[in-house]
Amino acid sequence: MEEILILSGKGGTGKTSIVGSLAALAKNKVLADCDVDAADLHLLLSPSVKQETEFWSGQVAVIDKDRCTECSLCQDLCRFDAIKNFEVDPVSCEGCGFCSNICPVEAITMKENMSGHWFISDTAYGPLVHARLGIAQENSGKLVAQVRQQARKIAEEQNLDYTISDGPPGIGCPVISSLSGVNLALLVTEPTLSGMHDLERVVGVCRHFGVPAMVCINKYDLNEENTRQIEDYCRSQDIKVASRIPFDNAVTEALVRGVPVVEYDDGRVSREIGKLWQNISGMLANGRKG
Amino acid sequence: MIISVASGKGGTGKTLVATSLALSLKDTESVRLLDCDVEEPNDHVFMKPVITGSEPVYIMAPAVDEDKCTFCGKCAEVCAYKAIAVIKDHVLTFPQLCHGCGACSYLCPEKAITEEGREIGVVERGHAEGIDFIHGMLTVGEAMAPPVIRKVKEHAGDSGTVIIDVPPGTSCPVVEAVKGSDFCLLVTEPTPFGLNDLVLAVETVRELGIPCGVVLNRTGVGDTKTEAYCAKENIPILLTIPLDMEIARLYSRGVPLIKGLPQWKDSFLGLYERVKELTDGRNPDTER
Repeated sequence: MEEILILSGKGGTGKTSIVGSLAALAKNKVLADCDVDAADLHLLLSPSVKQETEFWSGQVAVIDKDRCTECSLCQDLCRFDAIKNFEVDPVSCEGCGFCSNICPVEAITMKENMSGHWFISDTAYGPLVHARLGIAQENSGKLVAQVRQQARKIAEEQNLDYTISDGPPGIGCPVISSLSGVNLALLVTEPTLSGMHDLERVVGVCRHFGVPAMVCINKYDLNEENTRQIEDYCRSQDIKVASRIPFDNAVTEALVRGVPVVEYDDGRVSREIGKLWQNISGMLANGRKG
Repeated sequence: MIISVASGKGGTGKTLVATSLALSLKDTESVRLLDCDVEEPNDHVFMKPVITGSEPVYIMAPAVDEDKCTFCGKCAEVCAYKAIAVIKDHVLTFPQLCHGCGACSYLCPEKAITEEGREIGVVERGHAEGIDFIHGMLTVGEAMAPPVIRKVKEHAGDSGTVIIDVPPGTSCPVVEAVKGSDFCLLVTEPTPFGLNDLVLAVETVRELGIPCGVVLNRTGVGDTKTEAYCAKENIPILLTIPLDMEIARLYSRGVPLIKGLPQWKDSFLGLYERVKELTDGRNPDTER
């Protein structure tokens, strides 16, 4: 079983649209949406939820007003400025429990925190594991780890060939969590200076964690000079450019209809994504031989 | 006034709006631009600031003096993040897991734990065309963005107009960046992805008690459901920007919209006036 993760650094470069199409093209796979605080993959795959599970993670401090003597030790020691006027701001509280450990009158208890839900769904393209982080919640990295673990479990139980995961933007905690156990990261970029800057940082993260990467340049014709620069950069880093996808309104039209673009038409974008999947599966097959 | 520019979905045009808003206001206001997207900061690509100072961002992590340590295990017991463990007569620390709360060193009965700073990023400050510019950069391979964001926000100052470019999403880095704003601009696009993530972003800023308005970018393709949602939820659409290849190409070259197409300046000034009207009458008791 091979684990493929789609990342981008910069948001909005087309990760989810590409994952939706790979879902339609790849056989024997499980899909996972690791962008747990703004999940969108379900909008292309029309899932029917088979299992919904609460995600309990972390704690929040609660002050018992009747016991509190307002000595203010907790306020003075909290590094997250989460206690003001002897009340805890649950959004700022990081759940470290320092306050409850030092309160001289034991007025502070730590309450378990329900920080989201995760789901196992059926789609026309196979099983999908997805999640929803609660509003303004922390621990997205742990929820991502849970999504990935469930997807891996399904792949093993059903003897599937691939897990294909839609990753979060950025390079921080949820991205690092998504990368564990990944065989190939597909980095989707766009020929903008921002996209190029962000690509270099996400390449750095893949390298830091030893995950092989491949690049896809989306909307390559927006700025062909920048596209050439990305190709030069990839060559210098020994990273394969697996595909150059043109800008086409078909991607948005498919999205509005809630279907992967390769199911919507067989235009230029669909043909390029077809090649992209051949390149990905080819590279993984070569890796197995090598 | 602090205006944050957030989005839920990435790539909808936060940076475009933040930089063009800052540039539109610079002749009439004292403007400070804070790029809090410390995982992938991009404002500098457009503003090309002169950097005049930089400071590392540290997170405190425990350092154990094993000569003083009695291996009682108190530190491991109080650590909520499993960042310190006692195994027989050794103490292991896992600095990547440490949130720097300080519980272990404070509660160690032998005072055997001190805290050492571990660098996780950098904050740079400078200026660009009369605008104060500050951004943070998380070190590649580090997980925790919020401490870097907190450090960037320490530069918000007490006066003038502060514009904060927020990372995408709705989780802790977003909350850290948006918290304390007087108004939040939510930039979205009229697609099912844009709408889905806008709804989440609206819930987040409402949870924080911050008034918001929408900037609708790349109109012309997509659908009309975002407008319908905004009408139903009584969220004003303060600016619309069409899908336009010229705008997209300027962006691709790192040219701020109002520099490439100066006729947009009035639209951004109009946006600012609307934000002022919408926050007027509120007495923003916000922490800076």
